[in-house]
Amino acid sequence: MTVPGGRLVATVKLSTDRDVARARQAVSRAFDDLKARAIRKTRFVTAVSEIARNAVTHGRGGEMSIFVHDRPPGVSVICSDNGPGIENTEQAMSDGFSTGRSMGKGLGGARRLADTFELVSSPGSGTVVRMSGTA
Amino acid sequence: MPNRSDGKGLEIIEDDFDAVVNDWIEMQKDEGIQRTDLFSETEIHEQTRSFLRAFIHGIRAGGSVTDFSLEHKSWQELRDVLDDITRERIGRGVPAGEMAGFVLALKEPVFNRLREHYGKKVDTMLDEIVKFGSVVDELALFTNQQFIIEREQVIERQRDEMLELSTPVVELWERVLTIPLIGTLDSVRAQEVMENLLEAIVRHRAEVAIVDITGVQTVDTQVAQHLLRTAAAVRLMGAECIISGVSPKIAQTIVQLGVDVGDVTTRSSIRTALVHAFETVGYTITRRGGEAEQFV
Repeated sequence: MTVPGGRLVATVKLSTDRDVARARQAVSRAFDDLKARAIRKTRFVTAVSEIARNAVTHGRGGEMSIFVHDRPPGVSVICSDNGPGIENTEQAMSDGFSTGRSMGKGLGGARRLADTFELVSSPGSGTVVRMSGTA
Repeated sequence: MPNRSDGKGLEIIEDDFDAVVNDWIEMQKDEGIQRTDLFSETEIHEQTRSFLRAFIHGIRAGGSVTDFSLEHKSWQELRDVLDDITRERIGRGVPAGEMAGFVLALKEPVFNRLREHYGKKVDTMLDEIVKFGSVVDELALFTNQQFIIEREQVIERQRDEMLELSTPVVELWERVLTIPLIGTLDSVRAQEVMENLLEAIVRHRAEVAIVDITGVQTVDTQVAQHLLRTAAAVRLMGAECIISGVSPKIAQTIVQLGVDVGDVTTRSSIRTALVHAFETVGYTITRRGGEAEQFV
């Protein structure tokens, strides 16, 4: 999978909490390499954390590919899971909607923290999230 | 007596015990895996001898070389010896590859003797070499497996130790506690933090508990939820909870996530949190001979 102008720097398998931490670290390193401002990094790493955890807790695990872009400098990720898919994506992204005991703000929060955010999902086909953050 | 029909390799080991031991040790030396830097000459001899002795004992106890299976009860002693040697070697820092090499180095001394013994009877010689070789391979594989199991235990232990280390509750002042959080706050750690903190509150009759997140890199909704739950539990215990070390970037991120911190007391640094705590428990700090220090 390629993203226009992007360079694949890491692929992280997602199946446990530890993998979520690994995804965060990989994205964090990518921002460090771009000498990004701390706030840009924190925002996007937090968004990545939400998406990666969703894949682990609701998506039966998955995979995240991390790309670095030079013009304009930034990082993008593609996260796909093996889950049942989301029936109503707008509802899933609205704050306070949760199928578990969580806050229900992860998806909406990630969308606000990332600069671009795209979620594709339908029942039975898993969920794919693409998002990017400028450095 | 061992079952003599069960392979010439074994016979050779028994009849020529000392010479095989010496050749095996020579072989280890040649391969550069003897590690005289880690083991004394005597220890190497002892390990080599006890290994071969256990091998012979195994055969006497009814172990078969033809249908070799290390699982069989007759090989108990050999398994124990291999286990000990492996553990001993890992303890002193021998890498996995060398561990297998130690066992595999037994092949050549025995093969050489089989060649001398059978000379032109190539078929029989090959049979014996294949038979003995596969036994040695299985033993090498076993040591490798032991090695991995041993390493996994070390990793598991270190993980547990880190988990413990990461949640120390510190008494800052009479009735004031702090718990500095570092790294990742996953569900397991969050549970530890909560338990340690609540127990310490009872033990120290604390009135203020400062949860410091200066060392936490990312506060996502899960971490925020853990922190808020901890604060709620602390409050139920009759103490006040202050979350300190909220950096500007964390503050902005939490707002964007849409997390409502409610009426949990938060401070940007542990210093300002401590000032707040002193006020709560009724202390003021004064400079010697001067006015009472003014705090923001």
